[in-house]
Amino acid sequence: MSRVMVFKRFERFWHWSQAALIFFLLFTGFEVHGTYQVLGFGKAVQLHSTAAWALITLWVFAIFWHFTTGEWRQYIPVTDKLGAVIYYYAVGTFTGAAHPFKKTTLAKHNPLQRLAYLWLKLIISPLIWVSGLLYLFYNQLDQIGLGNIPLEWIALTHTAAAFLMMIFIIAHVYMATMGKTPLSLIKPMITGYEPEQEDATAASASNEQSGEKPL
Amino acid sequence: MDLFCKAQLSLWLIILACLSTDAYAVIASEKLDQNITTADHSEFKVLQQQFHSGPEVTKACLQCHTEAAKQVQQSLHWTWEYVQPKTLQTLGKRHVINSFCGSVTSNEPRCTSCHAGYGWEDMKQPPPTDETSVDCLVCHDTTGGYIKLPNAAGHPAYQPMESPLDSGHMKAPPDLTVIAQNVGHSQPANCGSCHFYGGGGDGVKHGDLDSSLVNPPKSLDVHLSAEGANFACSDCHTTTGHITAGSRYQGNAHDTQGIDVPGHTDMSRASCESCHGAAPHHEEKLNEHVDRVACQSCHIPAFARGGVATKTWWDWSTAGKLDENNKPMTVYDENGHLSYLSTKGDFHYAENVTPEYRWFNGTVHYTLQTDTIDSDHPPVQVNWIEGSAHDPDARIWPFKIMHGKQPFDTVNKTLLINHVYSPTDDSALWTNFDWAKALAAGTKIAGQPYSGQFDFIETEMYWPISHMVGPADSAVKCSSCHARNSRLNGIPDIYIPARDHNSLLDKIGWGTALLMLIGSAAHAGGRGISALRRRRNKK
Ligand code: HEM
Repeated sequence: MSRVMVFKRFERFWHWSQAALIFFLLFTGFEVHGTYQVLGFGKAVQLHSTAAWALITLWVFAIFWHFTTGEWRQYIPVTDKLGAVIYYYAVGTFTGAAHPFKKTTLAKHNPLQRLAYLWLKLIISPLIWVSGLLYLFYNQLDQIGLGNIPLEWIALTHTAAAFLMMIFIIAHVYMATMGKTPLSLIKPMITGYEPEQEDATAASASNEQSGEKPL
Repeated sequence: MDLFCKAQLSLWLIILACLSTDAYAVIASEKLDQNITTADHSEFKVLQQQFHSGPEVTKACLQCHTEAAKQVQQSLHWTWEYVQPKTLQTLGKRHVINSFCGSVTSNEPRCTSCHAGYGWEDMKQPPPTDETSVDCLVCHDTTGGYIKLPNAAGHPAYQPMESPLDSGHMKAPPDLTVIAQNVGHSQPANCGSCHFYGGGGDGVKHGDLDSSLVNPPKSLDVHLSAEGANFACSDCHTTTGHITAGSRYQGNAHDTQGIDVPGHTDMSRASCESCHGAAPHHEEKLNEHVDRVACQSCHIPAFARGGVATKTWWDWSTAGKLDENNKPMTVYDENGHLSYLSTKGDFHYAENVTPEYRWFNGTVHYTLQTDTIDSDHPPVQVNWIEGSAHDPDARIWPFKIMHGKQPFDTVNKTLLINHVYSPTDDSALWTNFDWAKALAAGTKIAGQPYSGQFDFIETEMYWPISHMVGPADSAVKCSSCHARNSRLNGIPDIYIPARDHNSLLDKIGWGTALLMLIGSAAHAGGRGISALRRRRNKK
């Protein structure tokens, strides 16, 4: 059984640097929000803004990558097996059932993941991005005719989006530990390769579904 | 050989270049001494005489400076009268009531010791018109020897006087001839001889103006310090024809004109922007504050920083108590500051005071002796400032807010003229210690309607803070305002990150995050338990 690379080098780089930046932005952002004082407000704003630019740059590259590689199709919502996956997390995981989905290079995400990541990419991230940029350029907004937006609205939108991100991350991190062993789902995102000992039935089920021959 | 010549030539050129830039550097860094004059006043015959009075000196000055007295007599330093261009109130020391000594009216010979002239003894009359009544020396003495008596309507001592009082030590009067021969540009000590001692003592009134500014370290005032810019007051309070820029009655709270290039602007440098421009910081985020925050708000982290305390509370209602021998009392607090005087009542003093912040567009209103007060809702605002977040001319400014209690007419609802000093009779509080008598006399002198019924009411008064600018690194830290516990807690109608948040959003946000965590933990627990069970069942 040969090993298959599911997460390419750029994808892993993108995933982990985004994760680091988002954790850092959460940490500095909630200091800017006044929740605690660790770095000092001025430093927190400065680092938050720098990290925000880094994240934006990363996203620009990631969007480019998604479209040039066609990987964006991974996020097209599918309904097939969506119920099965939800049933698995709600019931199957307690009864010892096998995960109804197996990653492949063509379908890396189960139907629930697809929805979750689409929500992240189409709602949470743009919300943070747009509100963050409006926040950053607040003093220049009148030049683009947006001078009437109160800072409070921008700040509250940004804060709300940050909470959505935080909640997403909690769920995401927990679900990432729900493989066969707590690290079995996380390892591929580090090494790029699917562990070979992964459940065989689930694998064949998924491969049938995606029309692939078992490897 | 040719090559060698070329090398030699370029070497010489390099040396020459070094020398010339060096020479340039010396010229560029040599500082102009602004106090150099083209006249040595001791050479002038008219000043080589024995002077017996201030007006005699002035008469001599005017022989050459023919227009000087006329100019001074046009100035606020002389008229003590100012029609506020926006409110059209007639203000100036001649008319206003303040929350320190009260009013100049009825206490003239004492209060007019700080008039830039001699002999103004009745506020109901305009100041003396005689040109020799202008006091040149108080502003132009460079010897430090010229001192106006505290109660002689602007005159210095002309006879030896006992000083301190009851010490038996006689002090010679100022030598007017020496002083007249050594006149020069006004220095902070000249301006300070009045402006540092307002309210009856060093630092009492303003908080950002006191004797520590005569020779301040850079940490106290970067502009006046010899280690700093080594300014005189008039470097910012630009003065032409004896008219001085910079007013507290109508300030410029938001100078949008920027750097004052001679010939291009109004030639007034009484704003930070006139030298520093409208975008003085390296960091753009800081420049983005200047539309809403006055420079002073960050760059004057505290006032009364030079070792001189300022008065923050003055309760007149307790004045008049005498000790068991019927003598007036003087009480000090644990810091050695006055805390009670029978003549003046109770005080609080403070040093290193954090300013209070308010929206301010430069316009100041006054409660004049004719204005009705709302005595049911103290404190009465002796003056109040205009400005709000919605006013583009307003910025967040630092203030000393003076608090205290002052006499008012309980029937007419007016602040009362406070007659504390009388050189001739016992009509005034400082001799009779009797409020009823003193107020009756004061209002009569001032021609103020008075019902005869009085009480004391809490008052407050706003003093914008603009001096004692510290070095950049001592500026207020971001987190002094951007924090839940913020210096700007009293500033309404603006969202300040870290100070402000929506608590409902926060509750929902943190609550949902917590639920998600608990849910995950419960889910994980459930999975663990069921896995254990399954394993046990297999066995
Ligand atoms: C496109 C990326 C982002 C940009 C351009 C951005 C920009 C900003 C700016 C300019 C501020 C206000 C700083 C100030 O007061 O001057 C801010 C605040 C904040 N940011 Fe971001 N940010 C970004 C991403 C994020 C992310 C990913 C998070 C968290 C997951 C986050 C969380 C926060 C929070 C909680 C605040 C405080 C909001 C408040 O209380 O007003 N930001 N951000």
